[in-house]
Amino acid sequence: MDSWKVKKKFFTFSIIPGFAWIMVFFFLPLAFVWIMSFGEKSNIIDVVITGTLDNYTRAFDRVYFKVLAHSFLISLITTFICLIISLPIAFLISFSSRRIKTFLLILIILPFWTNLLIRTYSLIAILRTEGHVNKILEFLWIKINNVLLFLGIYDGQLTPNEFIPLNLLYNNFSVIFGLVYIYIPFMIIPIYVVLDKFDKSYIEASLDLGAGQIKTLFKIIIPLIYPGIISGVLLVLIPCLGSFVTPDLLGGSNSQMIGNVIERQFKSANDWPFGAALSFLLIYITIGLILIHSLFSKKIVEEKIL
Amino acid sequence: MTKKQSIIRRGPLEYSKIKWLKYFSVVFFIVLYAPIINLIIFSFNDSRLNIVWRGFTIKYYVKALQNETLILSFINSLSIAFISTMISTLIGLSAAICLWKFNFRLKTYYDLSLLVPIIIPEICMGVAMLIFFNSVHWPVFTIWPLNLSEIIIAHISFSFPFVVIIIRARLGNLNKSLIEASKDLGATEWITFRYVIFPFIKPALIASSLLTFILSLDDFIITFFTSGPNNITLPVKIYSMVRFGVSPEINAASTILIMIVIISTVLIIKFLNYEKDLK
Repeated sequence: MDSWKVKKKFFTFSIIPGFAWIMVFFFLPLAFVWIMSFGEKSNIIDVVITGTLDNYTRAFDRVYFKVLAHSFLISLITTFICLIISLPIAFLISFSSRRIKTFLLILIILPFWTNLLIRTYSLIAILRTEGHVNKILEFLWIKINNVLLFLGIYDGQLTPNEFIPLNLLYNNFSVIFGLVYIYIPFMIIPIYVVLDKFDKSYIEASLDLGAGQIKTLFKIIIPLIYPGIISGVLLVLIPCLGSFVTPDLLGGSNSQMIGNVIERQFKSANDWPFGAALSFLLIYITIGLILIHSLFSKKIVEEKIL
Repeated sequence: MTKKQSIIRRGPLEYSKIKWLKYFSVVFFIVLYAPIINLIIFSFNDSRLNIVWRGFTIKYYVKALQNETLILSFINSLSIAFISTMISTLIGLSAAICLWKFNFRLKTYYDLSLLVPIIIPEICMGVAMLIFFNSVHWPVFTIWPLNLSEIIIAHISFSFPFVVIIIRARLGNLNKSLIEASKDLGATEWITFRYVIFPFIKPALIASSLLTFILSLDDFIITFFTSGPNNITLPVKIYSMVRFGVSPEINAASTILIMIVIISTVLIIKFLNYEKDLK
């Protein structure tokens, strides 16, 4: 690696495009949002920057605070479910033979690159009242009834008299289902990456020394793949908090998330300063989560050195 | 075979042979793929309501191809993806080479700043782009491709950092003695780049440009905030159709998009397997 002073011309030529682009077309727009979050609407189109903090205090009003808390809750539940599902899947992949491993990884990555909107939309057909899940349930329901009738245990019908399709769409269930469905590759891949690298003889040693499978899992495997789990949690939690397509298409009026409120400020309610403040709140939360993460990973490194 | 024997046959680390783990993952992959496969199958369904299978037809593809705004949005999507891929690959390449070749103060910060567009929630970036283009009174163009300039710029901002990451990872594997040899033999910086560095990073370059192509083609949220009524893309068009409920036309349009992405993904995987070329 050279010092930049050796080849000043080459250095300037190579650094400028990327640096200028990210400054002008990324950080400058963010600065605009930040400034606007201290503004007030003067009339329908104009915004005056007055340095007010009203937009931020408004975000903690009862109505919006509820949405904020709700978004956190939904995101945390989603992250937890993703983690529970991802551990065994990542485990299976990393212990598979080489060919199956590649195949399974492709299977994980492929939907990850399919459009988020299309994947969310595809769930509607599955979950709606006339959807496939309800069809399967109805089919099972009829079969069970027939068996009961045949056995004469019950006079033909489970209560109630007709199969009532479950409401699987436009509620919190469908939002969490959709978020898990969309973001689960983000959890599986980092866990898999760490799991694949670590020395499997630790597991063998633990089992040889008499620890059971479950004890090995909690005492050996999980502490060792911890960094992967933490990255996975961040990679799921952050986009979940900012999600707007999934609650918009799959959620009902009670399952609105902060992303929906932000979108409304720009697309219909036309209160840009408030929308900007909410966006920056989301950015602060993201930064906070990443700082916590870096503190944790520092601690882990220190513990390992000691 | 008794149960005990089957346990003995499995080695201590052969977790992939555990039965419940196998069943669990089979169910997982079925749930992961069923909705999309269902969507593709029902794009050929001869029924408006699209609840029950009523026979094979391609009339919704024909209908989608006759829908002018749909075609226009598809052309927009492809133009945006092509242009933003080209520009972000060039910017990403120069930034990757700069970070690989030089040491300078604030390098860590530059490095970190390239990760921010990847990390922050997409909606924040969309909002930022919307406010930015409005505040600077970005001119409204009518000629192609300048009418798409806002979306193209936004797409470059979130995709070129990916190019930097992929190309730098590849450059990290480059044997420095090759470059020294090239310079010893009297090659200029350009000749070294052209005949040593470029051939080495070519697969990463192709893979990263395909990735940015997919990212751009697939992006909905950021485009949703930067596009106006006259420059919508295919995902934005699909979104406006989805709001009116499920229809086979959406399935047909989605299937076309999915197919393009799958083909590109297969190509990426092919190009990213460079280790094989080395052997």
